[in-house]
Amino acid sequence: MTEKKPKSLLYLDGVSVSFDGFKALNSLSFIVEPGELRAIIGPNGAGKTTMMDIITGKTRPDEGEVFFKGDIDLTRKDEAEIAQLGIGRKFQKPTVFENHTVWDNLELALNRSRGVFATLFYRLTGEDKARIEEILATVRLTARCDDLAANLSHGQKQWLEIGMLLAQEPELLLVDEPVAGMTDAETAETAVLLKEIARTRSVVVVEHDMGFIRDLGVKVTCLAEGSVLAEGSIDFVSNDPKVIENYLGR
Amino acid sequence: MITSFLVKSLDRTIVIAVAILLALAALVPALNLLTAPDHPLHVPTYLVSLFGKYLTYALLALALDLVWGFCGILSLGHAAFFALGGYAMGMYLMRQIGARGSYGNPLLPDFMVFLNWKELPWFWHGFDMFWFAALMVVVVPGLIAFVFGWFAFRSRVNGVYLSIITQAMTYALLLAFFRNDMGFGGNNGLTDFKDILGFNIQADGTRASLFAASALALALSLVVTSGIVRSKFGKVLVALRDAESRTRFLGYRVEHMKLFAFTVSAMMAGVAGALYVPQVGIINPGEFEPGNSIEVVIWTAVGGRGTLIGPIIGAILVNGGKSIFTAAFPEFWLFALGGLFVLVTLFLPKGVVGTAQHYLARRRAYRAASRLENETGLAEPMAAE
Repeated sequence: MTEKKPKSLLYLDGVSVSFDGFKALNSLSFIVEPGELRAIIGPNGAGKTTMMDIITGKTRPDEGEVFFKGDIDLTRKDEAEIAQLGIGRKFQKPTVFENHTVWDNLELALNRSRGVFATLFYRLTGEDKARIEEILATVRLTARCDDLAANLSHGQKQWLEIGMLLAQEPELLLVDEPVAGMTDAETAETAVLLKEIARTRSVVVVEHDMGFIRDLGVKVTCLAEGSVLAEGSIDFVSNDPKVIENYLGR
Repeated sequence: MITSFLVKSLDRTIVIAVAILLALAALVPALNLLTAPDHPLHVPTYLVSLFGKYLTYALLALALDLVWGFCGILSLGHAAFFALGGYAMGMYLMRQIGARGSYGNPLLPDFMVFLNWKELPWFWHGFDMFWFAALMVVVVPGLIAFVFGWFAFRSRVNGVYLSIITQAMTYALLLAFFRNDMGFGGNNGLTDFKDILGFNIQADGTRASLFAASALALALSLVVTSGIVRSKFGKVLVALRDAESRTRFLGYRVEHMKLFAFTVSAMMAGVAGALYVPQVGIINPGEFEPGNSIEVVIWTAVGGRGTLIGPIIGAILVNGGKSIFTAAFPEFWLFALGGLFVLVTLFLPKGVVGTAQHYLARRRAYRAASRLENETGLAEPMAAE
C-alpha cells in the first residue's frame, strides 16, 4: 500500500480511535485518488462520521496514518489549517450561518486570506463578486441571494452549504448525508450537482439512500464496526453476503 | 483602506447617534459654563458629572456588546478591564498631587508614606506623565485580556464555563487589589485627586471638559465598533457566534478572531474606566466586584445586545433609573435590578432597541408586501368575490 501513498489525494492507513473503550474506528484503511467521486455506506455507528472527523482534524486518531496529497500529515493539523489546505466538509445537518444573507454566507466561505486584519479591511473585488455570482448560479440560489439563510428551505440550505464548500475551492470535499430529508426531485438534482462538482475535485459522499448512490454510479465503500467491509461497484457491494448481513438486510 | 473601513461603518442610526453625541459634547459644557445658574437652560455641574459618568458606563456596555452581542462571549468580568483603566488613570492623578498630600511627600502618595514605604514601587514609575498613563489605560487591560483570552480561546473554553472564569478573573483581581502590599492603596484605593493635566479636577471647566471627552470617546468608539462589526471580520464574528465549528471548517482561526475582539473590547473598557475615575474622584477595589460586571450585562441586555446603540441607551436608562430609585428606596434597588433583568429576558429578549428594530422591520416588510399586492394582485381578490 505504501507505494500508492504519493499518488493518492487522501491516504488513511490502520487508523483506530476509541471513545470510552468503544472502538469507533478499527484499523481503517482507505484511499481516495485525485478526481475521484466515492460513496460510503454503512450502518449507524459504522464510523462514517468519525472518519470525517479524523480527516478534518476534529478528532485525533489513537493510531494510524492520515496523509493528504502524499506527504501532508493531517493528524498534526487543526481544523482551520486543514480547511485552508483544501479539504471542505459538509455536515449531516445543514449548517449555514442563519443570521447572514445567502450572499454573505458565500462571501465568508470564499477562499481568500482569512486572518484578522485581512478580513477587517476586506473589500469585495470584482473577481470575488463574479465568483460568488457563479456559485449562486451553480447551486440555483441566485434569486435568493439577499435573503437570510434562516429563511431558506431545508433543501436550499443543503445547496447553500454545498455552494459554500465550492467557494472554499477544496481539492477534497467530504459530504455527509447530503440528501437526508430531501424530496425525490431535490435528491435527483443533488446527484447531478455532485457529479458536476466531482469533475474538478475529489468528493467523498456518505449516504444511506441507496437510490441516490445508484444515481451517482461510482465506486462504493461499505464500512461496518470501524473498518472496511467491502469496496467496489454498487452492484458488487450490494451482492456481497457480508454487506447484506451487516447493512442491507435480507 | 482605513477610509473605506470608516465609510462602511456609517449606517444611518450610527450617524445619528454620533451626531447626537457630538452635539451633547458641545452643548452640555456650553450650557453649564456660559449660562448663569438661574438661567432656565443652565445645566448644573453635578448633572454634568453624573451624565459624564453615565457616558463612561455606556462606553463599557458598548465594549461588552462587541464581545457578547456579536461574538457570543458572555464576559462576566468586563468591569475588571474598566477598573484597570481606572487604576491607570488614578495612578496618574495620584502622582499629580505631589507634595500637596497630607504627609507632604513630593514623590510618594499618602498611602505609601502611611505604610512606611521609602521608595516608589517600580510599576509606579512613569505615571507622572500623562501620555504614559494614557497608554497604560489601554495597554494594561488589553494585555490582561490578551493573555486571558489566549489561554481560554485556545483551549476552546466556551459558553457558561467561559463566563465563570471571567467572573473568577475579576474576583481574583478584587482580592489582589484589596491587599495593601500590592501597592495600589489597598481597600481605600486611590482618591483625593487634585489636578488633571494641570487643571483643578473640581473646577466646573474641568468637569465640563471631562464630560465632553467622555462623549467624544463614546462617539469614536461607536464608529470603530461599527466599522468592526460591519466589516467581513464582523461577519465572521457573527458566524462563529452562531456556528463555531462551521466557521472553523471554513478555515478561520476562530481563537484569533475571538482574541482580537476580546482585546479591543477590553481596551475600550479601559478607556471608559479612565474617564470615569476623574469624574467620580475615586477608584477602589470595589470596582472589581463581580456584581459590577453582571450589572454591565444587564444594561446591555436591557438596551438590546448586538445593536451597538442599544447598550448605550440601556446603560443610560438603567443608571438613570438607579440614581432616581436609590434616592427614593435605597434598599430595594437590587430587587428592582434583578426584576428588570427577569422581565427583559422574558418579554424583551432583544432589548429595547432590538425590539423596536424588529417591529420597524416587520412594518416595513408588511408595507412592501401590501404595496406589491396592490400593484399586482388588485384584480384577483375582486375576481374571487
